[in-house]
Parts: sequence; C-alpha cells; structure tokens
Amino acid sequence: MAAIDMKNIVKKYGDGFPAVNDVSIDVADGEFMILVGPSGCGKSTLLRMIVGLEDITSGDMMIGDKRVNDLAPRDRNLAMVFQNYALYPHLTVYENIAFPLRLAKAPDAEVDEKVRAASKTLELDEHLERKPGNLSGGQRQRVAMGRAIVREADAFLFDEPLSNLDAKLRGQMRTEISRLQKRLGITTVYVTHDQTEAMTLGDRVAVLKRGVLQQLATPRELYENPGNLFVAGFIGSPPMNFLPATVEGTTVKLPFGTVEIPAEKAAKAEGKGLLMAGIRPEYFEDASVKTDPGNGSTFRAKVDVVEWLGNETYAYIPFEAPPEVEEQLRQLERDLDGEALHTQLVVSLDGASRITEGEEAEIWVDGSKIHLFDPASGDNLTVDRERAGRIPGGAMEDAAEQPAAAG
Amino acid sequence: MAMSRTRNKIGTWVGFIVILVWCLLPVAWIVSLSFKGPGETASGSPQFLPKNPTLQNFRDILGIGSVTPGQENTHADFLDALRNSFGIAAIATVLAVIFATLAAYAIARLEFKGKRLVLSLALAIAMFPVVALVGPLFDLWRTLHLFNTWPGLIIPYMSFTLPLAIWTLSAFFREIPWEMEQAAQVDGATSWQAFRKVIVPLAAPGVFTAAILTFFFAWNEFVLAISLTSTTESRTVPAQLSFFVGPDPFNPPYGLLAAASVVVTVPIIIIVLLFQRKIVAGLTSGAVKG
Repeated sequence: MAAIDMKNIVKKYGDGFPAVNDVSIDVADGEFMILVGPSGCGKSTLLRMIVGLEDITSGDMMIGDKRVNDLAPRDRNLAMVFQNYALYPHLTVYENIAFPLRLAKAPDAEVDEKVRAASKTLELDEHLERKPGNLSGGQRQRVAMGRAIVREADAFLFDEPLSNLDAKLRGQMRTEISRLQKRLGITTVYVTHDQTEAMTLGDRVAVLKRGVLQQLATPRELYENPGNLFVAGFIGSPPMNFLPATVEGTTVKLPFGTVEIPAEKAAKAEGKGLLMAGIRPEYFEDASVKTDPGNGSTFRAKVDVVEWLGNETYAYIPFEAPPEVEEQLRQLERDLDGEALHTQLVVSLDGASRITEGEEAEIWVDGSKIHLFDPASGDNLTVDRERAGRIPGGAMEDAAEQPAAAG
Repeated sequence: MAMSRTRNKIGTWVGFIVILVWCLLPVAWIVSLSFKGPGETASGSPQFLPKNPTLQNFRDILGIGSVTPGQENTHADFLDALRNSFGIAAIATVLAVIFATLAAYAIARLEFKGKRLVLSLALAIAMFPVVALVGPLFDLWRTLHLFNTWPGLIIPYMSFTLPLAIWTLSAFFREIPWEMEQAAQVDGATSWQAFRKVIVPLAAPGVFTAAILTFFFAWNEFVLAISLTSTTESRTVPAQLSFFVGPDPFNPPYGLLAAASVVVTVPIIIIVLLFQRKIVAGLTSGAVKG
C-alpha cells in the first residue's frame, strides 16, 4: 500500500509532441483516483508511466517515498488490469491468476491458498480449470482482476477495464470494482473516458484535455464548480447547456429572456461583455409543475422535440447563437469527441410535465446555479474556489485575481 | 433445390477423388513397386499390383534375414545414411528454429535501423538458387575441413531455411498483442521470462510450422547432400539412394529404390499426422486471440 505522487510529469514523443504536459497529481494512500478525458487526452499514457510501460520525459514519479522513474515495471510492485484484459490464453484461469506468484517463486501451498482466496472473492471457483478463451467478457474481466488482487501490490491500475463490456454488465462490474476497492482499501488509479464511471467510482477525479490537467477535484466539486468550459461540458449527462449571455447588474440576458443571478456572481462577471452561460439541464423545470418558484426566473420558449423517459422529460429548444459563441461551442464539441450539432438548449423536466412538441412553454430556471464562462479563455468566472478542488495553470491566477479587482 | 444439392454433393466428391488420385497415385505406385521382385520391375510391361508380392526389397535395405546376392553392403550404407539424415535434419531444425525465433521476435518487436534490409536480405537468400552455391561451398568446405561432415550440411540447411522460418515466425509474433508481454512484465516477469513463458507458447503453432518446414527441407535436400559428401560418414538418404546400383548398370534396382523411398517417407507421414492440427493452425491463421 502506498501513495502515488506525480510531480510535473511530461511525456514527449519522438516528434516533440507532448502527450502529457506538466501534470501533477497526488494520489493518497488508499484513494480511488480517476483519470478521465476524451480520447487522446493522455490519460492512458499517464497510467502507463505510473506502471513503467512508458518512459517519463521529465518530472518525478513517486510511489511511497521512492522515485521510480527508472525502475522496470516488475520492480514497481503495481498490479494492472488492461483494457483487453491481456489474459494468457494458453494458461487456465487458475494459472492465469497464479502467474505473478509463480514468477515470484512462491511455494505451491501458498499459491494455491491465495489463488483460491482470490477466486472465491471474484466467484470464479467453478471456472478455475477453464481457458480464458471459453469465458464470457465479464468472467475474463474478473480473471484479470484476480490476477491483480492475488499479489500484495502497492496499488491497482485500471486502464478502461469496462469499455469492452455491454451496458448492463458494465454497471454490475462498476459496483463490483468499487466494493472490492473499498474492502481492500488499496490505492487505485483508474482510467476511463466515461464520465459516469468517473463520477460513481472516484474519490477524486482528474480531468485531462490534450495532455493538460484541467481540474482535480471530487466528483461533486467537478459537477457543481467546473473550472472551465471543458470540464463543465465533460462532466454531467446530458451535458451542460451553453448560451450566449450578457450581464447587466444582477440580470443575465439569455436568448430566451433575462434571469436574475446572485449579486456575488454578477460582480465577478461585471463588464466582461459577451459571456457564455452554463446551465445544467436539471436546473430547468416546467413552470406549471414547479410548485415553489423560489429564487428562479421563468421564460417562454418554443419546444422543438420532447423525449419522455417516465421519471423525467427532456425537452429540446433550438436557439440562434452569435458567431463568436457558435465557434467556441463547435470547438468545445470537437474537444469532447462530439459531433458539432446545431445550437440547442436541453432541459430536463419532471416526468409529470405535459409539454408537447411544437408548444410554446413556460420554463423555470434556477438562476443561482448558473455559471458564467469567458468565451475566449473558457475559464469559469463564477467558480467557487473553495469548493472546486485544484484548477492548475494560468487560468488559476487570472481568476483568483478577479474578485479582488471586481470588489 | 434438393436436386441441385445432391448434384453439388456429387460434384464435391468427384473433385475430391480426382485430387486424391492425382496426389496419391505416385505414392501408391512407389509402394506397389517396393513389393515387386527384380524380375517384375525389369519386364517390359509391368502391371500396377505386384504379381508375386515379396518383402525381399525391405530385407535387402534393412539387412533383415537373407539378402539378395550382390546387395550385401546396401543395408549398412542405407542405415548409415538414415542415421545421418535424422541427425542432420534434427540438428538443423533445432538450431534454425531457435535462431529464427529470436530473430523474428526482435524484428516483430523492436524498431531498429536496417530492419527492412534484414528482412529483404533474408528473402533474397531464400530466392538464391542452391546450385549456384554448390561450387563455391565445395571449395570453401574443403579448405575449412567441413567437407563430408555433419556441420558441412547443417550450416547450409540452416541458412536456406532460416529466411522462411523468420518470415513465418515474425508474422506470428506481430499477431500477439503487446499487452501480453506488458501484462507479464507488470506481473513481475523479466523480458526473457515474458518471452519464454508467454510469447513462445502463444506462437507455438508458428514455431511448429517453422520446425516442420525446416525438417522437410533438410530431409529431402539432394543437391548439397550429393555434392558436399563423399562417404557414408555424412551422406544422407536422398544422396545415398543414387548410389544404389544392381549388378546390371542398365537395370537399376527399382524395387530396392522404391522400398528405400517408402522407408524414408514413413517418418515424414508420422510427423505430419502428429502435428497436423498445429500445422494447419500455423499455415492458415496465425491468429492468437488476446
């Protein structure tokens, strides 16, 4: 068991392209850390640098108190589960799990005891004599985990372990991994591109974009206080809505109407011209269903498409965005691996809502939860730094000075 | 519908039989010849099946029981040649497979300058006509005292089979996902352990294919065998067969030759049957699922 401390890690490939650029992440002993981001963000590279399968260009990789930059994978005492499981097809499940112990020249009795214990934990007892080729995806996944837990490794590393499973199994295995990690209390680094896995599994989540750490925080902090447009768009499903906005006093002017926001938020965005407002779909509600309007505002808009899911309803409201915002939104879509779609507002309404397609509906929105972003830099102007974890980079200093300047 | 299916079936079987006859008739002919006495093989119009089947040919070449007068030394020479064939083919195979495995692994896994050159050179060697090398080799081997020795044949056999073995094996190694070795290394294996315990077992069909192709080549090779040997010290069976002469130079002992051919074909058939499934896997796919 050990903490993993990454200090200013850089990975440059032969062509000088930095796949990972100055990333610092500290994983506490026993912590479940998630590395998340769209494809090509460097999360897998970072994981492979921890385990030693990828050279580190510069920076320090500390496991426990030891600098491991130049150690071979076998000397780092880490266990890893690969995306395609990497089971040894010529060995039985038993021998697959026993493989690390056999390499360590453990006596047969000890091997047997540990393998049986691992197989019991993972409910693999009846499959021990089978070959991996005859197992289902979920079973293979469990064998891969068995091979990891059978040794007393300092940490577990997972590289997108659930991406090859179907949706239902993925959900089950997710809980299984979470339960296992809690029980063993072992330091874990888990790479995924799936924000649901990131939110549900992680004690803390590191969001990466093109090799740069965007924000390192708990799932709740990421959700409620995203540091920039990218994090805001990446975390949450359906994703946050981004609308062109201008602030006048304590009112925000949106394409559909004006919304009142708290004074301290308005102060941070004062005199910034055209901004980008970020509102999560669930901050909206059908005004006719909302019994207690509280400190929200209402506006009227024509609903284009309605998707009724039983417990909730998604309504889609198209809007026109000025070119500069439009460009920023398209760029964001590309960063998030998405397709550039037309600008629309997605609102999540109560399942009881009776709004129909083509109808002009009255929608309520919670103004206190609106975030305002600088469209040029993407920084969140209204971020609550106390509850946003760590947001590295120049953006931090800029934004940190803002309240002082404005106040 | 049923009609066309039956017709299809009949067609398949006809095709089957044609191919079988095409391939096996010469073999059957040799087998039948090996049971014929000298009187029958020398007659003007021999029939397919022996009139008076005899085991005399086998007795002569293996030296069991009474031997035809004039063939007293044949069996000793033949058994020597058989021993040479086995030894030379086996050693050449083992060495070629070991070298090819290591070389192919390096080619499949490492990025180094001149990798393409190595591969193209290997292919060029395989294309080189054997006959063109016989003269120079003969001179060279005499100077180096390798003429008429086992190493004198093992070395050229290895050189000629290595390219094919390297190409086959490197294709196999490329199919094996990198993650297999990486997983092994994370599990605590050294590079050598990862190679020996994970990669080689996974490439087993390729290793078998390479081994069998090498063995066949060395077992059947004639030109080098006849040119680089002078006595039964190191002469292999294909070369030795050309020294089988009867009392009459115009009447080669066909029955004897046929019997010897049958005897040397048996090991090949046994090997093929034993490793049949592995060879098929090796030749067809090379797909090793992670």
